[in-house]
Amino acid sequence: MDRVRVGGGTGFYGDTFMPALDMMRAAAVDYLCFEDLAELTLAILQKDRAKNPLQGYTKDLIPMLEAGLDIALKNHIRIITNAGGLNPQAATQAVAQLTRRLGLPLKIATVTGDGILEELQQFLPFAHMETGQPLSAQVHGRALFANVYLGARPIVHALQAGADLVITGRVADPSLFLAPLVHHFGWDWEDWDRIALGTVVGHLLECSSQVTGGNHGGDWETIEGLDAIGFPIAEVCRDDEVIITKLSGSGGRVDVDTVREQLLYEIHDPHAYLTPDVAVDVTGARLEQVGRNRVRVSGIRGAQRPAQYKALLGYADGYMGQGMMGYSWPDALKKAQATDAILRRQFARLHLPIEEIRSDYLGYNSLHGPLARTQASDDLNEVYLRLAVRTQDKRTAEQVSRLMVPLALGGPPTASGLIGVDRVRALTGIWPSLVDRHAVDAQVSVTVEEVLP
Amino acid sequence: MTIQAVFYARSSDKGDDIDISVFAHQGAAYQWLLNELTVQRVEDFFTPMGIAGVDRYPVPGLLAIKFVIHHALDGGGAHSLRADNQGKTWSGALLRYALERWDNSTG
Repeated sequence: MDRVRVGGGTGFYGDTFMPALDMMRAAAVDYLCFEDLAELTLAILQKDRAKNPLQGYTKDLIPMLEAGLDIALKNHIRIITNAGGLNPQAATQAVAQLTRRLGLPLKIATVTGDGILEELQQFLPFAHMETGQPLSAQVHGRALFANVYLGARPIVHALQAGADLVITGRVADPSLFLAPLVHHFGWDWEDWDRIALGTVVGHLLECSSQVTGGNHGGDWETIEGLDAIGFPIAEVCRDDEVIITKLSGSGGRVDVDTVREQLLYEIHDPHAYLTPDVAVDVTGARLEQVGRNRVRVSGIRGAQRPAQYKALLGYADGYMGQGMMGYSWPDALKKAQATDAILRRQFARLHLPIEEIRSDYLGYNSLHGPLARTQASDDLNEVYLRLAVRTQDKRTAEQVSRLMVPLALGGPPTASGLIGVDRVRALTGIWPSLVDRHAVDAQVSVTVEEVLP
Repeated sequence: MTIQAVFYARSSDKGDDIDISVFAHQGAAYQWLLNELTVQRVEDFFTPMGIAGVDRYPVPGLLAIKFVIHHALDGGGAHSLRADNQGKTWSGALLRYALERWDNSTG
């Protein structure tokens, strides 16, 4: 039976890589894919790169490889990651330095060409995907990054060139996982059902533990071992059988409920989940429990891939200042609300140029807002006021803290707890668009570098 | 009976939209969900959150309904002042709404 095993190494920038190390040590996978780029991770990486042109990739890459690269090489596990973020070349340089230091030989492939900010003129009007409006000069002028979601093809080229490690920038999450399947089985790019099946494998694995019992909305209390949750593994056979499972002995659970929950996660129209590689229809999906922590996935259909690539531009759009203050019974909510009213009067008196003020009460309505059930509001044991403002300048955002803290003495009684203020946060607006495939493909390149110790 | 014994749900963001999947455990409860969670009701329910439009996609084979809630995050997760800036808890709000109707219809 010709079978390949692909593992989900991370589901976002900041995820634990301990389960990935466990999979490497156990030689439980042939390919391990690290998905590090959520929609807004590029905004974080942009700040890093602005401070240092050698940054702009996810910093966890280096400690992960430092801990696991020798085991991966020894067990013939190839690694694919979009940890390159906004600066895949810099990531590759840092990895090359590391491998020389560790004395390990490594063939690294770097995929570039997803960044189009400098070439944006060529892609104008860069119409907004939802509204159809052309990109305004104002938004263009404040752009922080603009990246295309590339598909699996450049990664397949890298694997064909023999890379042990493939580092990319913005590649669509499931495409990272599809690539080794296309490479291993030699699937045709227009065999849409198979490309769709491989994309679903990627989609199920791209959020790491969200398919193995993490963040499970169902009977979450019965899921054991969340302290050592296993990350997902897909076993894919040449006859297209797909099993989703996890490392034997790890925590968590893989069952039909955890798999269907991740299958539909964030895909919008389940008839047409669009990626750079294919349009996926999951509505005919069949999920069967075929063993403990083993679910078979079938019934996935595919259709012609979208004619254009999706691109996402992020732009600077002001700042958020926020602060919190806690109050206890009696009158906890009333006191928190009084503090809110005092601050709003002070903002007005000082004519602060604030665009939006948001007041939430933690433990009462901060998550569900106007939909929260608010019974017994006069008898709450404790309530925190969280007040957030949107401003165009940073100094105004910082004023929230300056005005909130003195109210510990000069406001309603019993102010306590997390008095004080969060660091001012830069806000990022997003502008999604569709761009011409050929123009992007013309600038995509795969560079393979052999680093010898 | 616990809530999760009948239905469960998960939500998250994509751009300025929130995407919620609601699941039933058996066919009768799923039929009930299909009848009760109409596009109009879900849209009305979330209107106080400042949304603009809801799409609904039933997936009977998985006993699931997918809702896409448009303009739900004031321009997206990194642009929003919300404490829940990715809409992770909207599934809970919708679930509660569904269960209150469930209790009324079965209780």
